[in-house]
Amino acid sequence: MEDQYEPRIIAFCCNWCSYAGADLAGVSRLQYPPSARIIRVMCSGMVHPNLVIDALTKGADGVLVCG
Amino acid sequence: MINLTINDRPVEVPEGTTVLAAARKLGINIPTLCHYDGVKPYGGCRVCLVEVTQGSRVQLTASCTYPVAEGLVVRTDTDEVLEARGFVMDLLLSRCPEVPALQEMARQMGVEAPSFPGGASDCILCGKCVRMCHEVQHVGAIGITGRGGRRQITTPFGEFSQVCRTCGACAFVCPTGHIQDLGVISGKRPIPRLSEFNAGLSTQGNIYKTYPQAVPKEPAIDRANCIQLLTGDCGLCAQTCPADAIDYSQQEEKLTLGVGSVILAPGFKVFDPSHLTAYGYGRYPNVFTSLEFERLLSPGGPTHGHVQRRSDGAEPKKIGWIHCVGMRSHKEGEHPYCSNFCCMVALKQAIIAREHIGPDLDMALFFMDMRTPRKDFEKYCVKIKDQGARLIRSRVHSVMPAGHDGDLEVRYVTEGGEVKDEIFDAVVLSVGMVIPPDVVALAQQLEVPLSPNNFVEASCFEPTSTFQDGIFSCGAFNGPKDIPQSVMEGSAAAAAASRALAEARGTLLKAKVFPPEQDLTGQPPRVGVFVCNCGLNIGGVADVPAIVEYARDVPDVTYAQANLFTCSQDAQAQMMEMIKEHDLNRVVVAACSPSTHAPIFQDMLRSAGLNKYLFEMANIRNQCTWVHQQEPILATEKCKDLVNMAVAKARLLTPLEYLTVDVNHKALVIGGGVAGMTAALGLADQGYEVHLVERKDRLGGNALKLHTTWRGGLVKPRLDALLRKVLHHEKIHIHYNAIVEGVTGVVGNFTTTLSSGEAIDHGIVIIAIGAEPYRPEGEFLYKQNPNVILALDLDRMILEKNERLKTIQAAAFIQCVGSRSPERPYCNKVCCAHSVENAIKLKVMNPEMEVFILYRDMRTYGERETLYEKAREMGVVFIRYRRLQPPLVEEEGGRLKITVTDQILGRPVSLHVDLLTLATTIIPHQNAPLAELYKIPLNAEGFFTEAHAKIKPVEASTEGIFMAGLCHYPKPLQESAAEALACASRANTILSRDFLQLESIISNPVDENCDGCAFCVDACPFAAITLIEYMKDGQVKKTVEVNPIQCKGCGSCMATCPKQGIYVAGFTPEQLGAQVEAALGLI
Repeated sequence: MEDQYEPRIIAFCCNWCSYAGADLAGVSRLQYPPSARIIRVMCSGMVHPNLVIDALTKGADGVLVCG
Repeated sequence: MINLTINDRPVEVPEGTTVLAAARKLGINIPTLCHYDGVKPYGGCRVCLVEVTQGSRVQLTASCTYPVAEGLVVRTDTDEVLEARGFVMDLLLSRCPEVPALQEMARQMGVEAPSFPGGASDCILCGKCVRMCHEVQHVGAIGITGRGGRRQITTPFGEFSQVCRTCGACAFVCPTGHIQDLGVISGKRPIPRLSEFNAGLSTQGNIYKTYPQAVPKEPAIDRANCIQLLTGDCGLCAQTCPADAIDYSQQEEKLTLGVGSVILAPGFKVFDPSHLTAYGYGRYPNVFTSLEFERLLSPGGPTHGHVQRRSDGAEPKKIGWIHCVGMRSHKEGEHPYCSNFCCMVALKQAIIAREHIGPDLDMALFFMDMRTPRKDFEKYCVKIKDQGARLIRSRVHSVMPAGHDGDLEVRYVTEGGEVKDEIFDAVVLSVGMVIPPDVVALAQQLEVPLSPNNFVEASCFEPTSTFQDGIFSCGAFNGPKDIPQSVMEGSAAAAAASRALAEARGTLLKAKVFPPEQDLTGQPPRVGVFVCNCGLNIGGVADVPAIVEYARDVPDVTYAQANLFTCSQDAQAQMMEMIKEHDLNRVVVAACSPSTHAPIFQDMLRSAGLNKYLFEMANIRNQCTWVHQQEPILATEKCKDLVNMAVAKARLLTPLEYLTVDVNHKALVIGGGVAGMTAALGLADQGYEVHLVERKDRLGGNALKLHTTWRGGLVKPRLDALLRKVLHHEKIHIHYNAIVEGVTGVVGNFTTTLSSGEAIDHGIVIIAIGAEPYRPEGEFLYKQNPNVILALDLDRMILEKNERLKTIQAAAFIQCVGSRSPERPYCNKVCCAHSVENAIKLKVMNPEMEVFILYRDMRTYGERETLYEKAREMGVVFIRYRRLQPPLVEEEGGRLKITVTDQILGRPVSLHVDLLTLATTIIPHQNAPLAELYKIPLNAEGFFTEAHAKIKPVEASTEGIFMAGLCHYPKPLQESAAEALACASRANTILSRDFLQLESIISNPVDENCDGCAFCVDACPFAAITLIEYMKDGQVKKTVEVNPIQCKGCGSCMATCPKQGIYVAGFTPEQLGAQVEAALGLI
């Protein structure tokens, strides 16, 4: 396990669509790798570019803005 | 109680508990195969081996049978234990190398392939099935016989068991899938329980939820098949349920309620085509009803949205839809009316099937008249033609099998009389709706008069009131209809039913009282973390005790605990105690989704004296354990991160002010036609002041020109009655000769200025400004020959008993003038029935008169079909024309000569008539100025657009604004009246409140950072931000202001602002940044 590369992804998900979609993925028991950390936002439009840059500079391997 | 340690963690359990159960209490996972809660432990498979140390004695033993003892030391993770389990697993896999469940378990234990080749069994002889049958079901149909290599699970003497009930419990618990066929045990074939929701296309257990979104959401047990309720045996579900929620003693209860009004909304059943032998439904597997096909298309359906044939599971590449199945027919067992929704169902299914199967899907729709009269339906019909669907105007003779591989041959007759055959992979019967006998019986019991087709009889002016006082009805029971109209009628019935109850409104309300909120000024954050097991949903995958331990070490966490079900009432009560006991001022619940459960916990916070915005959820179920079921270790790590992120945000949360706005209880209704008057009366009867604005000098609108409604009722006396009520209602203030010129404010507090200069303060607006007929200058000699008139002109002639009508020898109607064309791609919904109705009136006046109706599709939907039939019986001649071959109208010898290509004869025919009525389209008034003032979008044709076609059919997307009647889309009077009532009902939900509660998660400007650049003003999709100026230190300072009612908290402003001059409360850059840092392990 240790030698496997596990990316760390920050996902900003819109409360009304993609966050609900992630919930639905759970209800449907769709399995996906546990490498993403979802942060709920009220709209993907509220994600300031600085937040994305911050996440990348602080060590995130990827940032997903979903909405 | 006994104390022991497992993997160095102490645990206290009652005497008699097994080591396995104790380990599970700690959340330590031990693999098992032969173990099942509720049956006696057996120690048959040995994969649950653990190392047990008692005193000086160390041994490897099966944890499922080993009882706990004081001071026992257990290890589940030593190399010896893992090696021993691996060896046991290797032996089991060697015996049963082909069993997928064992292969997966072996892989997890590091056993890639069996060491001993040649195994060919799929039974590991764990005896779980035998114990289940004996101990739980008390049946004993199977047992273990033989010894050594001959040992096997079988029935006594290998004969069929006489006592087996085919309950399937043995197969259910079997870990390897050995028991597949209960017929081998009993000689009987169990009848599967079919899912009603999936139209019998899938099976479901005896404990079931009808469908995932069912209300109530609790599963039910089917008494008819429950072994516990029938025999007293089994009872497994009660043993297994961790919430102890199963109560076998529950009985049906009869309740007596005292009510002031009753609304009947019993719905319909789809027509069952089994007895129509021509279509072969029930005999040929690949003939589906539209309801079955609907389930096949559904991603939540039996095939997860993969379209499959019943015969071989293959994906059909060529599908035929047959319209009007069981409808528009006088044959035995069929129905004469049109079901209204089924044409659209077939079109929709074809479009979706093409999306699922691919663009090469061959779609053929066999229809008589394409009836797509609702808003935007016509465009849908055009769209599917563009996608290559073949719309075949025909009558289907039969569906027969073509060969033996499940294909079907459809034999049909075209409009021109040609008989054709075509082969399809599958056929879908677009079935209609019928009112079931129990509903008819209910209506009889209530003495509610029904039509010959069993639909409720009602006046077009009060479409949701039955002819029985105090009883109202809505939906399909009032006549066949689709979802948007049913939703709208539901609201209309509510308005009609609550009219008599206006005085009692709100008297049974119990307001929830919360204690005053604590002042947290100067207090450091004290976070409480509550981690939910959600039964096994979370605890069965992630290590909940480890998450709780972890949470205790997160900065500012004062208290952490686990719950079995955090949302249960007792857990809530206990959490409130913990909040008080530990003086918590922020709460994190790690459980399911905030979308579903945050309000429950926020209420709990308020009850505990905390502001509800001091709450944060970590979504460790939907977004973790449910989606990482095979990776318990990584899932646990992710849960910890999610808790850390939630706490990181929670520490920075601040109490937010609850925002409210007072509601002005007055209503403004624009438009004095039937819709406007009905809406005004609906609200005035509820006790609200209503201002009714009419641009002309009299009320009545288009209805003044109408003679009868489609049901044959005279319009004038009913309109007069409505006018009298409106004119004399003390709560209704009428403004004649006035139009709206200015609007300010938002829901609850609008101010509208009229052209008269008067300003009206009001809480809501209902727009019902109607529409007008299209005047086709120059087309079909209109305005050139006095004998060419519009539909409303003919109504007026009939209304005025014009003598000329009696002298006419021949009359004709041309339908779809100006509509269903590329310029106006919509159907008016009213003109077919209107022309047919007037044709009948002409025939009644003078049976000798020749009457022709030139039409494109005869859209006498619902029970209007009976008018179409009656007209044909009376000798009205219907001639279909095509849009691209319109009739030619000429003057000849003082009469009108119409030349049209008859589609049945396939050649032009000439008609000589004295009067030609043009059924012209209905076009909107100049709606743009009003749309601009109230910020309501218009569709491409200029009609007002509703917020959502199905679930918000009368609401505008701007809150507090409603629409009814022709300004929304052309429709008959009955539907306009229903919409008006629906508007009154929806408006009542706002007007009945003293104030509106607003969401506090909205934008807040930071004046000192804002330099008034106004980037945010343009970014705001809700027009909630205004640029303002004020004097500061002798200078003009620009800044922005947020309207808390309009702001939806989307934060587009926050992301646009280059200077941190605006932020969304509860989602500040600091809070989101803290979540990012926590996710990256920096906090």
